[in-house]
Amino acid sequence: MHLPGSLRLRLRRNVIEVEHLTKRYGDTVAVEDISFRVERGEILGFLGPNGAGKTTTMRILTGYLPATAGTVRVAGFDVAEQSLEARRRIGYLPEQPPLYPDMTVTGYLDFVARIKGVPAAERRSRVDAAIAMTHLGEYRHELIKRLSRGYRQRVGLAQALVHDPEVVILDEPTVGLDPKQIIEVRHLIKKLRGNHTVILSTHILPEVSMTCDRVIIINKGRIAAVDTPANLTAQLRGGHLVRLELRGDRNGLEQTLRQIPGVRQVSIEALPDGGRMRVAVETEPGSDLRSRIAAAVVGRGWELYELRAVSLTLEEIFLRLTTEESEGTTQEAQA
Amino acid sequence: MRGFLRGVVAIYRKEMGHYLVSPVAYVVLGMFLLIGGLFYYTILTFYMERSLAASMQAMQFGAPPEVDVPSMTINSLFGVLGQVALFLLPMATMGVYAEERRRGTIELLMTSPVTDWQIVLGKYLASFSLFLILLLPTLAYHGVLFWKSEPRPPLGILLSGYLGLLLLGGAFLALGNFISSLTESQLIAAVVTFCVALVLWIIDIAGPGAGTTAGELFQYLSVLRHYEDFARGVVDTTSLVFFGSWIALGLFLTLRSLDSMRWRRA
Repeated sequence: MHLPGSLRLRLRRNVIEVEHLTKRYGDTVAVEDISFRVERGEILGFLGPNGAGKTTTMRILTGYLPATAGTVRVAGFDVAEQSLEARRRIGYLPEQPPLYPDMTVTGYLDFVARIKGVPAAERRSRVDAAIAMTHLGEYRHELIKRLSRGYRQRVGLAQALVHDPEVVILDEPTVGLDPKQIIEVRHLIKKLRGNHTVILSTHILPEVSMTCDRVIIINKGRIAAVDTPANLTAQLRGGHLVRLELRGDRNGLEQTLRQIPGVRQVSIEALPDGGRMRVAVETEPGSDLRSRIAAAVVGRGWELYELRAVSLTLEEIFLRLTTEESEGTTQEAQA
Repeated sequence: MRGFLRGVVAIYRKEMGHYLVSPVAYVVLGMFLLIGGLFYYTILTFYMERSLAASMQAMQFGAPPEVDVPSMTINSLFGVLGQVALFLLPMATMGVYAEERRRGTIELLMTSPVTDWQIVLGKYLASFSLFLILLLPTLAYHGVLFWKSEPRPPLGILLSGYLGLLLLGGAFLALGNFISSLTESQLIAAVVTFCVALVLWIIDIAGPGAGTTAGELFQYLSVLRHYEDFARGVVDTTSLVFFGSWIALGLFLTLRSLDSMRWRRA
């Protein structure tokens, strides 16, 4: 079936298609067999510790680095085979904003619009739009070297948006900003939802739950998990944590708690103050075992000082998924 | 083709804007004029004194005066300008790629819909334009000769001399562009460019004696020999090919260097 290009573009839902992507530097593997898709208008978060392969993956997506194996298609164009067509449709903010300190904000954005191939007639209005979106109006004639870190980051964002790209790729967009600036940048990213497809990387967890529709957790070059932030928190790890503080018999305690159906794991930490213990009980998702735990403890005649339920934060899930020591819990989580 | 030119022009404009606000460009321009002017004055007065001495000799002994002041001045001046270019042009090109690499802006260029060729050409043409701007004020020197001297300065030597200087500068700039693309340090780029250019400048002295094949090769590679021809008013095809292929090789190597940057980066 033959369809005009514009129509085909609208029908295609997946704007980014990454298949079996692998990148090696000599013997070291930076990214290994990563596959994922991003739908139009979606905001996808890459989460992972430093050196996990986030930046490498983004650099391959933007056509800066060639892949060792696998294919990447952006807006239907293969980034290796039809590189220029793909690059035209991508706005990219590297971790270090690519700024020329001796240029003014407007001069710089005009230059970027030119090399991104924005037609001369639209250039001015595109530059103005990018400035308005990033709230740089006051500083438009300022030299970039005179701007503070936060404003430079905004210029970097404006640069990624100036040609109104279908896909926006942001590498650690909030790193090094103060809390107020971080909120502004996140707000700006949220405004892109729907009109642009966004991939952003971060190692700050709340950022993902606040801005992203979907999260890919990358560790050691592999995908450790893919889901919505809510599901990751609720389902994937799922379980809740019940924290107790009590005085009792240590050996008997673990046994007693493990007998309660729905308890996954018990960890006990003795407190210096004679015989008191702090206990963390991990339970199955969707169950509230607080009353049964309390009953069991009190039933044995132990003194219960504190009992509260804590849901696992994304931070804890992330640590579990990416920390080697907890191999067992990771398997449990995937089961 | 129009799309191709648009990318080149965008890069070119950016580079020229950068030179316009860069202290380095003004220092190079200032030094070029200062040294060029100083030598011009020295050379001119030297030949005028010699010419005066020669005509006094002629009056005493009846021999005709032999000193053609304009020709000799022009000849020596081009020799000097070539050497000044050798010293100063490495500074004009040291930042072209090294600075982009250090700031990370190379990542912007290489992820934009412009080809490596457009980047290389835009940057090279900009550095060449800076060189043209450097040469512009030297026209005034010859203006003085045209205005005051008798006999008139030979136009042929003047034109071939400038052609030679442009080719020489173009070659140094191509070399400088390439070396700047290999490092993140402007200082290293400048020093290495200067050293390579200097070696090529005097390679026939350093090389084995004439007569051997190696000796002939070294003589062919000597920039000075090719350049001196132009300064004497001789436009030799061998020299045109020599400088032309040097420039082409420099640009090609720069292109390869950009390409390899994609593979190297860890």
